[in-house]
Amino acid sequence: MVEWLDPLLLARWQFGLTTLYHFLFVPLTIGMVILVAIFQTAWVRTAKLKYLHLTRLFGKIFLINFAMGVVTGIVQEFQFGMNWSDYSRFVGDVFGAPLAMEGLLAFFLEASMIGLWIFGWDKLPAKVHLAVIWLLALSTTLSAYFILAANAFMQNPVGFEINEELGRAELTDIGAVLTNPVALAQFPHTIFASIMFAAVVIVAVAAYHLSKGQYLDEMRTALRFGLIVNIVAFIGVALSGDQLGLVMVQTQPMKMAAAEALYQTTAGASFSIFTWGTPDGSSELFSIRIPYVLSFLSTHDFMGTVEGINDLQAQYQVEFGPGDYTPIIWVTYWSFRWMIGLGALAALVSAVGLWLTRGGRTPTRDWVWKVAIWSAPVPLVASLVGWIFTEMGRQPWIVFGLMLTEDGVSPGVTGLEVLISLIAFTLIYGALAVVEFKLIVRAAVDGPKDWSKYSENADSDDDGSAGVDPARLATVY
Amino acid sequence: MDLAYLWFGIVGVMFIGYFVLDGFDFGVGMALPFLAKDDTDRRVMINTIGPVWDLNETWLIVAGASLFAAFPYWYATLFDGFYLALLLILLALIARGVSFEYRRLGKSEKWKRWFDGMIVVGSTVPALLWGVAFANIIQGVAIDETGTYVGTLFDLLNPYGLLGGLTTLLLFFTHGVQFTALKTDGELRERAQALAVRSGLLTIVVAAAFLVWTIIQHWTVPHIAVLVGFAAAAAVALIGSWVANRLGREKPAFWLMTATIGLAVASILAALFPNVMPSTIDPAFSLTIENAASSAYTLEVMTWVAVVMTPLVLLYQGWTYWVFRRRITRDSIPVAAH
Repeated sequence: MVEWLDPLLLARWQFGLTTLYHFLFVPLTIGMVILVAIFQTAWVRTAKLKYLHLTRLFGKIFLINFAMGVVTGIVQEFQFGMNWSDYSRFVGDVFGAPLAMEGLLAFFLEASMIGLWIFGWDKLPAKVHLAVIWLLALSTTLSAYFILAANAFMQNPVGFEINEELGRAELTDIGAVLTNPVALAQFPHTIFASIMFAAVVIVAVAAYHLSKGQYLDEMRTALRFGLIVNIVAFIGVALSGDQLGLVMVQTQPMKMAAAEALYQTTAGASFSIFTWGTPDGSSELFSIRIPYVLSFLSTHDFMGTVEGINDLQAQYQVEFGPGDYTPIIWVTYWSFRWMIGLGALAALVSAVGLWLTRGGRTPTRDWVWKVAIWSAPVPLVASLVGWIFTEMGRQPWIVFGLMLTEDGVSPGVTGLEVLISLIAFTLIYGALAVVEFKLIVRAAVDGPKDWSKYSENADSDDDGSAGVDPARLATVY
Repeated sequence: MDLAYLWFGIVGVMFIGYFVLDGFDFGVGMALPFLAKDDTDRRVMINTIGPVWDLNETWLIVAGASLFAAFPYWYATLFDGFYLALLLILLALIARGVSFEYRRLGKSEKWKRWFDGMIVVGSTVPALLWGVAFANIIQGVAIDETGTYVGTLFDLLNPYGLLGGLTTLLLFFTHGVQFTALKTDGELRERAQALAVRSGLLTIVVAAAFLVWTIIQHWTVPHIAVLVGFAAAAAVALIGSWVANRLGREKPAFWLMTATIGLAVASILAALFPNVMPSTIDPAFSLTIENAASSAYTLEVMTWVAVVMTPLVLLYQGWTYWVFRRRITRDSIPVAAH
């Protein structure tokens, strides 16, 4: 067989690409629904039109994005069986449960509420319609929890025992699976990171309109709101990330060693911001280092001992037999740095933005707005490289310590079949990405539709509060 | 292992839910070129399923996840084995799903035609392939001793499989046309009523052939009476639905077709029982309810989740349909999109 038709390699590329692609849409869905729900709450409570404008504008962006999240999500569930059927056989008894719970507890609710929210503006009382978007936010967040609990099992298998006769892992404690320490840290980390991305999208849209001098009332509110939310969410990301790091050292020490490319077990280990070394990473030519920080990140003790790759590799060979148990070091090393660096950069931009807009000031320099607009993708890229780090750092395992990735691939699927699906997904995803991006940009640039002409008393009311005829708000496909 | 039999039933009910609900979505999508005279008609039809298509499609996700949780070996063999067929279904569902939302966001005629086309194709392909897949499951496929399907996509396109595909295609088509009649008004509603009578007749002929063939294939199974009972009830409901259409009674026609699809899936499950994926190579390689199931503990956990959640899920799904109970008329479609 031709080497590039290797079903394992192609299946890995396909899973990686389709999952990252799916995750292009997930953070904006999770984050934006919460922020839109806040705008809508403000609208219902104050009847100020600017909040309706913000709800509708960012609600529209949310929906364009949501559609992509839904359709690419089905692929995710199918792929476990399609491309990783031996993995599914091995872990299905454990892994299937959180997925089925996600469906019954979260997806049904989410799918009901999305329809009610889109089409319910004129059919539901305002407060019920508001409750619908909060239920939508709840279900989206809940689904994130279950899928992260499933993923946490792959990082740190708990709550199971191996049935030797059937050759599979069997669930023994669903509570342990759902309270996996990796999931408990990963969940807030992911949710806060998602809120960061939604917040900077709001900042970017606001910055665009403010730089054009339009929709000032709405966009000033949106700008400050987005900046503050982004900084608060960053604090959440940092704290939960710290927790996740500690858990990782305990459950997957190799991943932390690979994150730093630390070959020798070291006490008081330094953290390198940048390293230039030989391509295999085994010897370094130049680096910028902060002393003791790696030890502190790993153990919360500046003199703590961090296990190195060489020791872990030797230890795993004793435990699991001959083999290479090291992830690809340059991938884990750089993805870990880019994740942290980009996340911090996004927060820094917001902090500067808060300073520039303090006390009602409006920046006049064009570049300030440009920075705000162009930094929108930064937290998203940070999330994506974070996932690359998490999943590549787990290699060569598909379930850490239990099953190797190469043993999980579907035995009945040929390399050619995977190649066909990989090409098909790439083409349709690529085309849809272009369409989706254009639609979001257009919606953002168009700005909010003005509802004041439909409001009952917009002229008479100087605080901008007004009622709007619900029939006018109806959505029709 | 008694819970495994319960879960065979639960998974079956979930697929019934999926085929009934997303079935008429597919039908509405496939019927667009047959029923809609202009863009307003197309928008009326799309709006009949607009608030619910995502909810209906979610039944597939939940059914798939339940299959994974309750019958991991069935899930693994089916999804690995029917790889290319499922790929086509996925691509179709992707194309259809984005089109509902994105169609309205462009103003040019070309943009709308493009997404209309994706809705039609994206509805037709799954409507056909689900039937092909399920017909092959009950007929049995080449499964080796490791539980791996060793055939190709083209082996699935055998006469019985294709007849199964045609059956679901026509059932869903007619159901969608009936749904259009039920949810619209005026000329569109009248056209839908007339089309349901014509397509219903074809559906009866094809579905009857499929059911008879299925019965003949399974004549020797011990519980043949159950299979024949479900199949006969499905046939009666299907004919009843057609008669109701002729009499212009939209509601009974729609509900009898719902019963038809449910009973047809029930007869498929009866034909399978106690296998879930019979092997044509050697019956010893067949996946059965017992050897494909999860452990007793997992099934117990899942049963509790299902017992607690199902009433709640049905309640708010029912409420969603109730909120959108009104017929969609041409007057309710604004002239300019927004």
